[in-house]
Amino acid sequence: MDTDMVEPNIREKVAFIPIDEIDVARPSLFQKDTVGLFFERLRREEPVHYCRESYVGPYWSITKFDDIMAVDTNHKVFSSEAKLGGIAIEDMHSAKSALELEMFIAMDPPKHNQQRKAVTGAVAPSNLLLLEPTIRERACQILDDLPVGEDIDWVDKVAVELTTMTLATLFDFPWEERRKLTRWSDVTTAAPETGIVASYEARRAELIECAMYFKGLWEQRINAEPKNDLISMMAHSPATRDMPFLEFLGNLLLLIVGGNDTTRNSISGGVLALNQNPDAYLKLNNDPGLITSMVPEIIRWQTPLTHMRRTALQDWEIGGKKIRKGDKVVMWYLSGNRDETVIDRADEFIIDRKNPRHHLSFGYGIHRCMGNRLAELQLRIIWEEIHKRFAKIEVTGEPERLFSNLVRGITKLPVRLHAR
Amino acid sequence: MVKVTFVSSDGTRRAVDIAEGETAREAALFNDVPGIDGDCGGVCACATCHVFVDPAWIDKVGRLAEGGAEADLLQFAEGANEYSRLACQIPIEPLMEGLILHVPEQQY
Repeated sequence: MDTDMVEPNIREKVAFIPIDEIDVARPSLFQKDTVGLFFERLRREEPVHYCRESYVGPYWSITKFDDIMAVDTNHKVFSSEAKLGGIAIEDMHSAKSALELEMFIAMDPPKHNQQRKAVTGAVAPSNLLLLEPTIRERACQILDDLPVGEDIDWVDKVAVELTTMTLATLFDFPWEERRKLTRWSDVTTAAPETGIVASYEARRAELIECAMYFKGLWEQRINAEPKNDLISMMAHSPATRDMPFLEFLGNLLLLIVGGNDTTRNSISGGVLALNQNPDAYLKLNNDPGLITSMVPEIIRWQTPLTHMRRTALQDWEIGGKKIRKGDKVVMWYLSGNRDETVIDRADEFIIDRKNPRHHLSFGYGIHRCMGNRLAELQLRIIWEEIHKRFAKIEVTGEPERLFSNLVRGITKLPVRLHAR
Repeated sequence: MVKVTFVSSDGTRRAVDIAEGETAREAALFNDVPGIDGDCGGVCACATCHVFVDPAWIDKVGRLAEGGAEADLLQFAEGANEYSRLACQIPIEPLMEGLILHVPEQQY
């Protein structure tokens, strides 16, 4: 099935594929950004859809907002447990996976709850108030160093820099080595097809290096007074301090990926969206107060994580379809975020939307993104500071997208800055 | 209509009128009370409408039921205590006339 290879006729092709042959797991659909056409058809014709055959085996696609909400809030029936496959469409502990990592996002209660409680304070609103001045200062420095009027890659120069700096701040990570965090984040979610790592063995080796590095930081923090950084919190909290090593590493990587890949792509996605919607850009320039509502709209629009997956612990009915015990169930947030029956003019980027936080990008229920306000904070700061400096960030070439069905990534975004 | 007062973290009081059967979350959102986000749409799925029920009112409103979805979510909320509830899970009844709810500094 090569529908995505034939760009000019893609709409027609999507309309005529037999519905049960649709397989939205193919990473190429996300890289070409054509997957939305498939989701549109599924929402209309078969919102709860079974794909019998794919490179990840059979799976259910849940494509409408309310059905996704119903699965996400029902953790007693829909498990996140790593041993059952975990939280992504590709099984976590498959032969391909690098290490038997354990992280609380891929656990059910009660263990999930204890571990999440131990680290959630680091991104709680009161802690963010303390972090805000540092994040702003660093954002200003990044923007002040950018050349005006030259072609630059926004992803590398701004999006990666800002999220990496924020992570290093959260972890109190050695400053000069902070790009290691970016690298480990990329490696964690990378398959060899992406070119990020040469093989699964190479990935394993890098993750072990990461583990050893953090082990050093852990030992340093556990022997010092408790502080407000994430490693110190984990080292001193009764819920996490005696954690087996792979669990410690898994949770760290969870926080790195959670705090890096996602916001990075929203920072780039926002620039792209404003360029594709010049009216919105004009509106923003006339009223920077709209940044508050634009930020959640960017997060909806980008949907940095396309899906989360669950495994059914018992037979269950969704949207008239019978899910069987053991089935893989994929909640496509990217599709639910375009569901016209819940979100008004869902296909439009509207920076003054009335209820902008009513989107699925953070998930719902007990696994809802705990860094959601940190993500919003970073985006708000960067846009406030951009507005002070630049009249426009002009996209000057085609963006390049990541080959992944999980991280909706923009890997390259050529832009030119226009001074205010 | 039933009168409900929201007290923000800086002490500002806002009294609003809400129709019987609507929830405390709607009381806040319909009247632009700051500090209540209610991201999920009022279906007990996100904990961004966290309130502290004034101790004098907790028996009339009812305490958090153990082991339910609301308790699942509130365990991760900042500063949650024995008076914590999600406003979307408080349907307003006539016996709540004069109810006082305290709003946390921020929700997440």
